[in-house]
Amino acid sequence: MHPAARPPAIERSEITALPAPFDAWFKTRGWAPRVHQLALLDIANAGRSALLVAPTGAGKTLAGFLPSLIALHQNPRTTRRRGIHTLYVSPLKALAVDVHRNVEKPVEEMGLSIRLETRTGDTSAGKRQRQKVDPPDILMTTPEQVALLIASKEALLLFGDLKRVVFDELHAIEPSKRGDLLALDLARLRRLAPDLVTVGLSATVAEPERLQRWLVAQNSSRNSAEDMADLVVGPAGASADIRILDYEDERLPWSGHTGRWAFEQVYRSIRDARLALVFVNTRAQAELTFQALWDLNDDGLAIALHHGSLETAQRRKVEAAMVEGKLRAVVCTATLDLGIDWGDVDLVINMGAPKGASRLAQRIGRANHRLDEPSRALLVPANRFEVLECRAALEAVKDGKQDDPVIRVGALDVLAQHVWGMAVAAPFQPDDLYAEVIEAFPYAALDRQTFDQVVDFVATGGYALRAYERYARLKAMPDGRVRLANPRLAQAYRLNVGTIVEADMLKVRLVRGRGQTGGRTTGPISRNGRVLGEMEEWFIEQLTPGDTFLFGGEIVCFEGMLENEAIVSRSFDKDPKIPSYQGGKFPLSTYLAASVRRMLSTPSEWTRLPSQVSDWLKLQQWKSRLPGLDDLLVETFPRGDKNYLVAYPFEGRLAHQTLGVLLTRRLERARARPLGFVANDYAIAVWGLGDMGRLIGTGRLSLSELFDEDMLGDDLDAWLQESSLMQRAFHYCSVISGLVERRHPGKEKTGRQLSVSTKLVFDVLRTHEPDHILLKAAMADAATGQLDIRRLGDMLRRVKERIVHVELDQVSPLAVPIMLEIGRVSVGGDASESLLADAADDLIREATR
Amino acid sequence: MSAVPGPRTPLQRQEAELTIADVAVVIVAEGALLVPSENALIVSDLHFEKGSAQAVRGFPVPPYDTAATLGALTRVVERTRPRLIVSLGDAFHDVDGPCRLTDGDRATLLGVIAGRDMIWISGNHDPVMTGDLPGARAETMSLAGLTLRHEPSRGQARGEIAGHLHPAAVLRNAPRAVRRRCLASDGERAVMPAFGAYAGGLDLAHPALRPLFNRETLVAYMLSDGQVFPVSGKRCL
Repeated sequence: MHPAARPPAIERSEITALPAPFDAWFKTRGWAPRVHQLALLDIANAGRSALLVAPTGAGKTLAGFLPSLIALHQNPRTTRRRGIHTLYVSPLKALAVDVHRNVEKPVEEMGLSIRLETRTGDTSAGKRQRQKVDPPDILMTTPEQVALLIASKEALLLFGDLKRVVFDELHAIEPSKRGDLLALDLARLRRLAPDLVTVGLSATVAEPERLQRWLVAQNSSRNSAEDMADLVVGPAGASADIRILDYEDERLPWSGHTGRWAFEQVYRSIRDARLALVFVNTRAQAELTFQALWDLNDDGLAIALHHGSLETAQRRKVEAAMVEGKLRAVVCTATLDLGIDWGDVDLVINMGAPKGASRLAQRIGRANHRLDEPSRALLVPANRFEVLECRAALEAVKDGKQDDPVIRVGALDVLAQHVWGMAVAAPFQPDDLYAEVIEAFPYAALDRQTFDQVVDFVATGGYALRAYERYARLKAMPDGRVRLANPRLAQAYRLNVGTIVEADMLKVRLVRGRGQTGGRTTGPISRNGRVLGEMEEWFIEQLTPGDTFLFGGEIVCFEGMLENEAIVSRSFDKDPKIPSYQGGKFPLSTYLAASVRRMLSTPSEWTRLPSQVSDWLKLQQWKSRLPGLDDLLVETFPRGDKNYLVAYPFEGRLAHQTLGVLLTRRLERARARPLGFVANDYAIAVWGLGDMGRLIGTGRLSLSELFDEDMLGDDLDAWLQESSLMQRAFHYCSVISGLVERRHPGKEKTGRQLSVSTKLVFDVLRTHEPDHILLKAAMADAATGQLDIRRLGDMLRRVKERIVHVELDQVSPLAVPIMLEIGRVSVGGDASESLLADAADDLIREATR
Repeated sequence: MSAVPGPRTPLQRQEAELTIADVAVVIVAEGALLVPSENALIVSDLHFEKGSAQAVRGFPVPPYDTAATLGALTRVVERTRPRLIVSLGDAFHDVDGPCRLTDGDRATLLGVIAGRDMIWISGNHDPVMTGDLPGARAETMSLAGLTLRHEPSRGQARGEIAGHLHPAAVLRNAPRAVRRRCLASDGERAVMPAFGAYAGGLDLAHPALRPLFNRETLVAYMLSDGQVFPVSGKRCL
């Protein structure tokens, strides 16, 4: 960050109140502290906590640290204070390191004797050990390190004198399991240092109250009158200059997510910029875009690629090149979403729809970290619906509107991990720990019974069959306290800490091809080649040797598996055979969905849309009808030898996929003989043999019953037994809660048959203890996460009695995009047995041929 | 796209016949192998008390695995009524396993064995067995011309039936990959699936498994939802 990179807009007479070195430091630079920086100082002097909401470039970091620096200057370390004065927590290792650099500079320039240090997973063991005995004044670290430190023997020494905790990018951490764990850690820090105050640094959010509460103790007897931190709003930056890409003479695609039609224009925009960030939503899209830009790169511009699966060393190289100004563009995914300054970005290009207003605002903030110059951004819709979405997002950013926060309560698996950690720290009295836990904002409403269940889970697994009393991790002491049963369990805790569970990844190694026959090389596979990066195991599993796919910016050919590595060779194919596109990673936000619905139902707004789009909507109005603001449009029509039902809920891909599964189950029961479905962010299409239009028209199929909320009961439950999404949610909960051991990277895959598969545990638990607390935790995750059940439920309630059916004799204009996705997007279905049966029949055919 | 599951055919695929070195055997859907000429039932890698073994190490995974495994075993035994049961090794997840059996599970296990011959072949997890379960111990044995042992031998081994590796096949080249445990056999030898409820699987393509078989004749008898699906090995490698 550039602390106060520009002269201030407002002078203040109180500036003289700053201690001399600070005053001089500002003056020699011709600067003065900004209003919000001084406001934070005032709040700190009053001993209160604060939330600072400001755009990037407003000198947020300095504002957060200024009170600490002044306090440390006025009260240098004494024998009375041996511990850390200020703790800074960042969601990213790299950000902690970056902020360390940016705060150390003014400290050196002012000649202050303040020791600042970072502590991350990369910090050497020696330094980490030393920090425990001789802590710095200011420690910059990550949530996982905080969890480890408060569970250590040195916790009181380290944090007993703690005065301030600064949480950076709080808006990004808070609505997640990491935020839950951090909130619990904060509650413990308050017990260690009752007088500490907190500072949250955040981008603009829709409901700052949530963060204001997060920062201070809830349910606290001490300060029940003030369970919110003070809010300080920084200066608004210059409004951004956002454009939606001109269509010129291009035909806007009906569907697809790549934005392929616009690559040439994107390339020209990059050429005209100093450094452009090209954001895409998925890794596969990053690969495709990167490759396409290089195909066009006649000027030899330095264009790089940055996403989470590339080798770390390669990512670091790209980041360094950005800082050094050696690059002209970087194609990236959400890996570059958060607050680090990598060079002088002056243009942000968002490929595809932004999916959320807040995410777009955050990405745009990557361009030009200076308040008085507008950030420049270019939105590139990939299809017609995305034009509507881009328009809605653009207006939201202009109006300063944010997406509604995801309402969530603290996850129980995270609480289980924390309880384990607190037992590692010292024996605890359950009454005390409960009182401490409900001071944490996400757990403010946690009831005592659930808490006790979690403690019981940590102790013995919490099973009705009390089989594990002998092996309990926690033991009761005569005085009612609970202690760790065995010191070995402290080490096990340290190896399992954290809320981030990596997907199983396989290394991808590039070897030399051996002369291709039919796309596939022959002969033994060698493993003399370099590792390109890693890829999710589930993706590799679906490949057949000879399949080509994009990785690391080139098309590679899958040769086969060699032990735990996917072996690939360079391919000469022009197009990859396997499109690894899995749909946008983020579903359309509720706010943008509502905006799009409003835009559709208000023809007077169409004048602002390109004529291709408004013509399309007019055609829909004429041939069928438009979805209303609050109703649900359902169209039915025949096509080929099948019948289709298309609904337009606009609730995002995840909720639609869940809806699709449940609808097909119900249609099956209604004898409509459904065959399959496909879902995108806007609509869902179900097809089948039965004439659904006639069934509805003649009253034999009731739409209000079909879309009744009760589908979220038994039908959902039955499906969840088989759903791989639910299994994955359970897997994450099992790892985070400490039910199973975390698999650490580097462990050979041969060890796999010895480890416990959480899928098998899930099956057994569902059969024997359907009410187990971990199943509840997994269900809660699925409801807000991958299945988006909550949003689906909201929609079903909203459209009750408001379902509008239109029976058509052919596909409607609005249905074209979703119809085009049929066959392109595959939704994980339930028909494993029928796939196996087909394969078994093939064997019989082969044998009898 | 997700297809809607068709009507179930529970009986049709409950078992599948095959020959190993010209000996006729039957793989049943629970994952056991029947040798009709000897009226013998072979099960491998039961891994009883794997759950409690985790609990001892500090990870209390649900304690229901032994009961679940025993339930499946009881079902098979009641249906096939064998004279002889052979456990092909790793019946218990660790040597202390038998001592951790609950009284109820122990009674169930004794009930399954009662009135039948029982042979426990040693595995790497249970090289010795504590507790006093009925039955004989063996390192290897011959049955109807087949050789039964825990770990598959390297190189050619006509007529060998082994366990240890927990084979699982991934059906590739389908609309989506389906992974299931399986019995793997090329007609010459076989590696049995793990029977235990918590026993994970190793891909057929893994170098420990793949060289054991003739790729051309390999069949993976994939087990899913109470059914057996014989699938060509070429679709799984």
